Amino acid sequence: MNAVPWLSLVVFLPWLGALLLWLWPKAPSGAVWTLSLAFSGSTLILGALALSCFDPSQSGYQFVERVPWIRTLGIDYHLGLDGMSLLLVLLTGIVAPLALIASLRRVARTRMLALLFLLLQGCALGVFLALDFFPWFIFWELSLVPAFFLIKVWGGPGAGRAAYTFVVITLAGSAGLLLAFAAIHGATGTMNFVDLARLRAEGELTLRLAEYGGTVPTLIFLGVLAGLAVKAPLFPFHAWMPPTYAEAPTGVTMFLTGVMSKMGVYGFFRILWPLFPGDLRDHSGPLLLLAMGGAILGALAALRQTDLKRMLAYSSLNHVSYCLVALFAAAGAVRGQIAAVEPALAGALVQAFNHGLSASALFFCVGVLEARGGGARGLNDFGGVRVAAPLLSLLCGVALFSSLGLPGLNGFVGEFLVFRGLFALSPWAAVAGTIALLATALFLLTFWQRVFHGSRSGVTAGAFADLDAGERAVLVPLVVLMVLLGVVPGLITGLINPLVTHWAASLPLS
Amino acid sequence: MTLTATHLWLIPALPLAAAAIGAAMPRRAKAVPIGAALVAMTLSWLLSCAALVGALTDPSGRSVANFDWFSAGTAVIRLGWLLDPLTAFMGTLVCTVSLLVFIFSTAYLRDDPRIGRFFCFLSLFVSAMLGLLVANSLLLLFICWELVGLSSYLLIGFWYEKPAAAAAAKKAFITTRVGDLGLLIGLLWLYHATGTSLFYDGGAGVLESPALGLLGSTLLPGGWAASTAIGLLLFCGAAGKSGQFPLHIWLPDAMEGPTPVSALIHAATMVAAGVFLMARVFPLMAADQGLASVPMHALTGVAVIGAVTALLGAFLAVAQTDIKRVLAYSTVSQLGYMMLAVGVGSWVAAIFHLITHAFFKALLFLGAGSVIHATHHEQDLRRLGGLAGRMRITFVTFAIGSGALVGLPLVFSGFWSKEAILHAAEVWPVSHLPFVAGMTGVALTAFYMTRLVIEVFFGQARSESAAEAHEGPGSMTVPLALLAVGAIGLGWLGTPLWPWLQSRLSGTAVPAHGLGESLPLMVISTTIVLLGMGAGWWCYGRTPRKDARAIDPLARRWPAVYGALAARLGLDELYAATVGRLLTASAGLACFLDRWVWGGLMGAAGRTAEAAGEINQGMDEDGLNAGFDHGSEHLRSGARRYSRAQTGDVQGYLRAVAMGLAVVALLLIWGGVR
Repeated sequence: MNAVPWLSLVVFLPWLGALLLWLWPKAPSGAVWTLSLAFSGSTLILGALALSCFDPSQSGYQFVERVPWIRTLGIDYHLGLDGMSLLLVLLTGIVAPLALIASLRRVARTRMLALLFLLLQGCALGVFLALDFFPWFIFWELSLVPAFFLIKVWGGPGAGRAAYTFVVITLAGSAGLLLAFAAIHGATGTMNFVDLARLRAEGELTLRLAEYGGTVPTLIFLGVLAGLAVKAPLFPFHAWMPPTYAEAPTGVTMFLTGVMSKMGVYGFFRILWPLFPGDLRDHSGPLLLLAMGGAILGALAALRQTDLKRMLAYSSLNHVSYCLVALFAAAGAVRGQIAAVEPALAGALVQAFNHGLSASALFFCVGVLEARGGGARGLNDFGGVRVAAPLLSLLCGVALFSSLGLPGLNGFVGEFLVFRGLFALSPWAAVAGTIALLATALFLLTFWQRVFHGSRSGVTAGAFADLDAGERAVLVPLVVLMVLLGVVPGLITGLINPLVTHWAASLPLS
Repeated sequence: MTLTATHLWLIPALPLAAAAIGAAMPRRAKAVPIGAALVAMTLSWLLSCAALVGALTDPSGRSVANFDWFSAGTAVIRLGWLLDPLTAFMGTLVCTVSLLVFIFSTAYLRDDPRIGRFFCFLSLFVSAMLGLLVANSLLLLFICWELVGLSSYLLIGFWYEKPAAAAAAKKAFITTRVGDLGLLIGLLWLYHATGTSLFYDGGAGVLESPALGLLGSTLLPGGWAASTAIGLLLFCGAAGKSGQFPLHIWLPDAMEGPTPVSALIHAATMVAAGVFLMARVFPLMAADQGLASVPMHALTGVAVIGAVTALLGAFLAVAQTDIKRVLAYSTVSQLGYMMLAVGVGSWVAAIFHLITHAFFKALLFLGAGSVIHATHHEQDLRRLGGLAGRMRITFVTFAIGSGALVGLPLVFSGFWSKEAILHAAEVWPVSHLPFVAGMTGVALTAFYMTRLVIEVFFGQARSESAAEAHEGPGSMTVPLALLAVGAIGLGWLGTPLWPWLQSRLSGTAVPAHGLGESLPLMVISTTIVLLGMGAGWWCYGRTPRKDARAIDPLARRWPAVYGALAARLGLDELYAATVGRLLTASAGLACFLDRWVWGGLMGAAGRTAEAAGEINQGMDEDGLNAGFDHGSEHLRSGARRYSRAQTGDVQGYLRAVAMGLAVVALLLIWGGVR
């Protein structure tokens, strides 16, 4: 236990900001801006502090806070941070304030928006830091509430339906997650991730769950899987995603794709990998097939979209699927393939981080176009933006090429590691994945060509301003990071290497 | 002064710094970006010369400097720099041609408001190209390879307001990426099989005997060796970049870029990167040569594709009417010759031809640029004519370049390098097809270049702009003259009597041949060249074209053949009808599945939940729920746009949360009690 509960501060400072905003109904717009940005930015500051004190040579949890909460049920308030959590806290710290700026710029009723946004941010951080299922699940579910209102109230014309679909599908998944953990608790008396992982390593967890008999252990696995699969999303549980990303306001979409989609990926690593390695291995074939389906069909579906936001939504499905592809391929590794597991797992995390940067930057760019176009965001509504707005074109271009996996930018590193692992683990999947890489290049360059090249036409034919100071403040940091992490990927992998090695060593090999 | 591998990174780093400076400047800045580019280029040129001097002192040696890039888990990803004669010759070549093209561009694009950006992109290109040359790791090479592709994309689309330029840029990027994905798979395979991507690493690199022995002896289903499969995958990338059939379709379209770009990137250097890659990994490509029972050797595939490309490019060049497109198909054809040389086992001849070709093709393109500049962007052969008198320097240098391209004997560099290739093809034991294709191509080359020179420079001016053309400034003519010197002189570095270049490149002494051995081939090929030129003169020179609208003599004689060639044999249309349609159909299918199958399932699940929510309507709400309801009530009153009709959803949702929490509590208690 530390003198200062750093991690609690990380989680609850955004909530404190939300509370202050709630208590101050007459807050003027300027105060809302300052207050919400300060509390939203606290994550990055605390994350940087944590980074400076973090011991990257350890694979265990650091800055642990653990106090008993509900003693009769063996539930603890338990927070801790390892390389993966730190990475995602930093990602949240980077994306959240920028997404908040993007959100606040365009709307009335800033106070309510900022309040909900800070609530959402706190929930995401709680998910990344909680180590006991009970608090973890509270954060996990609670995040739906602010997300729902943010999408519905400030979103586009179809936002009501989209928000509803989003919540219902996610909730359905969560029900499985909840039942599964209730069963686990019934068998073991704990829901603590760390304790359960230890039980699993000792072989105890499997035995206890087997006492349920029949197909129950498998159902428990599938229940957990369902909850995580919907959130990530794993194909074909992504049906909520394109309408939600398209209808949500720009800033919220940035947060949804940059941070919330990582909650699912995080859950796969935090829960499924340590607790159900055997089941993951046994089901890795079909799961890999699903993830590959998401990667390939997502990229292909994006080819046909004319709504830029929907195009990027499918692109997100494609990119997040690579993380899961790597995870499932690694889970199915057999003896002799162990050398490929580490690159695959490292690639999944690097890809998750990088996707957070590039996808939120691209959604922001589309938001900029949308604002200039009075709501138009079709592939064919623009033309010649490169003439009209050179800075936007430059920054959007970098984000686009990062998303496309151009070496020298961050996107390449994750994809290379994923494919490096995948080729050894399942060569045919790697070969099939190249279809997705090609389709991605095709739709992103089509986006670039139609919107930015050619002569000024459509929306662009009239007055079309380049980025203003606020927009620059959002895009420039993201783009700088894309270049930096593309050249020095060790900045990310340095945090997760021991963890990845530890994960690889815990694989049940057959 | 010599340069070691440790400091080799400086050569690509300098132009990169210039590109960064250029990018940081305001959009309309001119002097600083241009100045930075020229200074960096000059310094890199000096360094590359120093590296060449160093490499020549010990041609059989190679020095490497490897370093860790980053690690993933316990696996360390390593990169490195490599200095050997191949790197050194190629580096000097790229720097020399780049420097001359840079100087030419200062005049050619003087009136373009974005000339600063142009030099920024051009510097980025040179940096990536040089990085590709000095890489001692297939991964680093791939990184630079893609960056070269990016800069090519940016420069082809430099005049992006033109839809044709924007489309050509995209076509180039996508087509080469098809090949690059093969290269990527090959890279991954190589990495997986050997655990490294370094070429040379004190015995542990992929091009050193332990790895080669392993790859050459690992057999795959069907009797293929692993090295054959990997080699062919790497060749996919090389074929895309170097415009080999069937991926050659992007290169002629790439001529939409400014002409100096065509000269530097799409003629002299980048398109030769594929040939360079094949030369670099030649030990790997040849690792299966000892196996008698494999279905095909990797190099055989290279030779066949090279021969087909050499012939196809030459045929298509015959029927083009755009001066740059003639030269572009000629480049396709010449790249085919280089691949052919690699395929028949003589990578040294391929690099020799690469070097001479870089000079004379850059010369031809810059000459074409000089013509285009003088005639206010007139590129149609039929509308030019009679420029020999008005643009004397351009004419003389262009004629020298043409002489080198067709391979006029003894004086011109192209003669010697082409002879080296034809000689290697002649003695190839596997098949005579490459040799026959090469010889046919020689005749066609002579024919279309004669046509080009006559149409552009002889006869009478057939448009106003051609009639008013005059020679450009010294910054245009001096590079032409210097390149012309190279187009003549470089051939003497590698004659059969004195094969200096060959022995330096390969690092082993290459014995000189007496003239007697190579004379018969030289006589035959010279005869073929003269026949081709004669045919060209017969068709176009006897009665020069008088009117831009007059029908081409070939089109009059064989309209069907000429029409097919002019339409590029319909390959673009074929791809659109097959690959393009397949992709569109798959995308349509993906959308259909998404909307109706998965979407339908999820929708059904959603409606079930909705129904369940309604059943719960009557349930009591606990404190938490009430609190949420209060909050949502507050919100709702703020959001006037949203009608009451939708509020049921919110309540339904909140009830579901409450239900969920109740279930958790019950289950937890049940579990805890048990």
